[in-house]
Amino acid sequence: MRVIKGEEITKVVRELCIDANINLPKDVCGAIDLAIEAEDYLPAKNTLQLLIDNYQIAAKNQVAICQDTGLACVFIEIGQEVYVEGSIEDAINEGVRQGYADGYLRKSCVADPLRRVNTGDNTPAMIYYEIVKGDGLKITVAPKGFGSENMSAIKMLVPADGIEGVKKFVVDTVRNAGPNPCPPIVVGVGIGGTFDKAALMAKKALLKNVDEENPDPFYAQLEKDLLEEINALGIGPQGFGGRTTALGVNVLAMPTHIAGMPCAVNINCHVTRHKSKEI
Amino acid sequence: MKKHITTPLTVEKVRELRSGDEVLLSGVIYTSRDAGHKRLVEAHKNGEELPVDLKDATIYFVGPTPAKPGQALGSCGPTTSYRMDAYSPYLIKECGLTGMIGKGKRNDEVIGAMKEYGAVYFGAIGGAGALLSQCVVSSEIVAYEDLGAEALRRLEVKDMPLTVVIDSYGENLYQTGMQAYLDSRK
Repeated sequence: MRVIKGEEITKVVRELCIDANINLPKDVCGAIDLAIEAEDYLPAKNTLQLLIDNYQIAAKNQVAICQDTGLACVFIEIGQEVYVEGSIEDAINEGVRQGYADGYLRKSCVADPLRRVNTGDNTPAMIYYEIVKGDGLKITVAPKGFGSENMSAIKMLVPADGIEGVKKFVVDTVRNAGPNPCPPIVVGVGIGGTFDKAALMAKKALLKNVDEENPDPFYAQLEKDLLEEINALGIGPQGFGGRTTALGVNVLAMPTHIAGMPCAVNINCHVTRHKSKEI
Repeated sequence: MKKHITTPLTVEKVRELRSGDEVLLSGVIYTSRDAGHKRLVEAHKNGEELPVDLKDATIYFVGPTPAKPGQALGSCGPTTSYRMDAYSPYLIKECGLTGMIGKGKRNDEVIGAMKEYGAVYFGAIGGAGALLSQCVVSSEIVAYEDLGAEALRRLEVKDMPLTVVIDSYGENLYQTGMQAYLDSRK
């Protein structure tokens, strides 16, 4: 049994909150850099250049890339041979509290969806636990902005809808979102499982590197087809027209019921943030 | 060629702006978003005096990050505007608001009020919070401090890069821009 102190978790969560909000991950920077080369529509090219300027200014001045520093989504992969001293939940929330204060990040969390009083420290974090083999502990912080979150959707497709039904739902969701989620976007798709599992897969798909190819050739092809269809819509950067509506599409799938084919689409903006560390 | 414009935006100035124009905006603007809009409209409906005069004023839909030492304001890109659609027509009609800065679609009621009374909707680059903060010369909280990031702030901005998305004639870049791109592919 490996013992990990709560303070160690707090320290890592604090660092990851700050790092994720200030330094755009390399995969996303790379995707924007590639997009500007592939984009031949001048207004779109100019807009993409501003996005590049923006992530460079954020890194240079060590300020938040985007003012919506999001709800703090924290993914924990904890080995079954690990014992955490103290409350793991308290340790994570303390890390969020410190990171959002010390990093000059915005506190965007209200304590109740209807009564809407700000908690003042961006807690509670949205925490997802996964118990895995071994004695490791991996923490991923993925701050999630709500301009894009609000454009996400889920549909209980049926088997007869097939792959065409999935494509139509994903592309329709992006088309309906239009300029709202700050395109160019990153699209996370979850197919299968139950209602809730599909939504979680869609969110987890956004943690994958945007340029990462699906290990299953069938889904790699689906990702490629979806990206092509989305980038034929013409929405473009900021919705001002252009090729670059999405930087990437990631799909996760899992077993499901003989009667169903849940499909969830989680949309993220060009500030798709995710930073991980193993303790 | 970018146009330099300065607030306050009189209806006369607004009518000269056309969808697709790229502008550099300077002068005083106010920040407000979901909770702040609700308060402004409720206060006005109750006959209370508003904390700021919105005649010919411009509101920026934004909730900035806290300023680091040496910054006037933290990162401050636009928030999605449709959430203010419930309030904007009232502010245009009853309070004389002429400028809005945000990102994303507006509904027909907002566009109708913009056409009738003369108001313009600018798009700022969504997600470009670090870049836009460099345009802020000064910032002070005027009201609703308890709302934190959503407080009503008075900003002085210099050469803020904006695009006229919907003009006071109802012309909408989100439709024409996409169509122009698709036509260029034919």
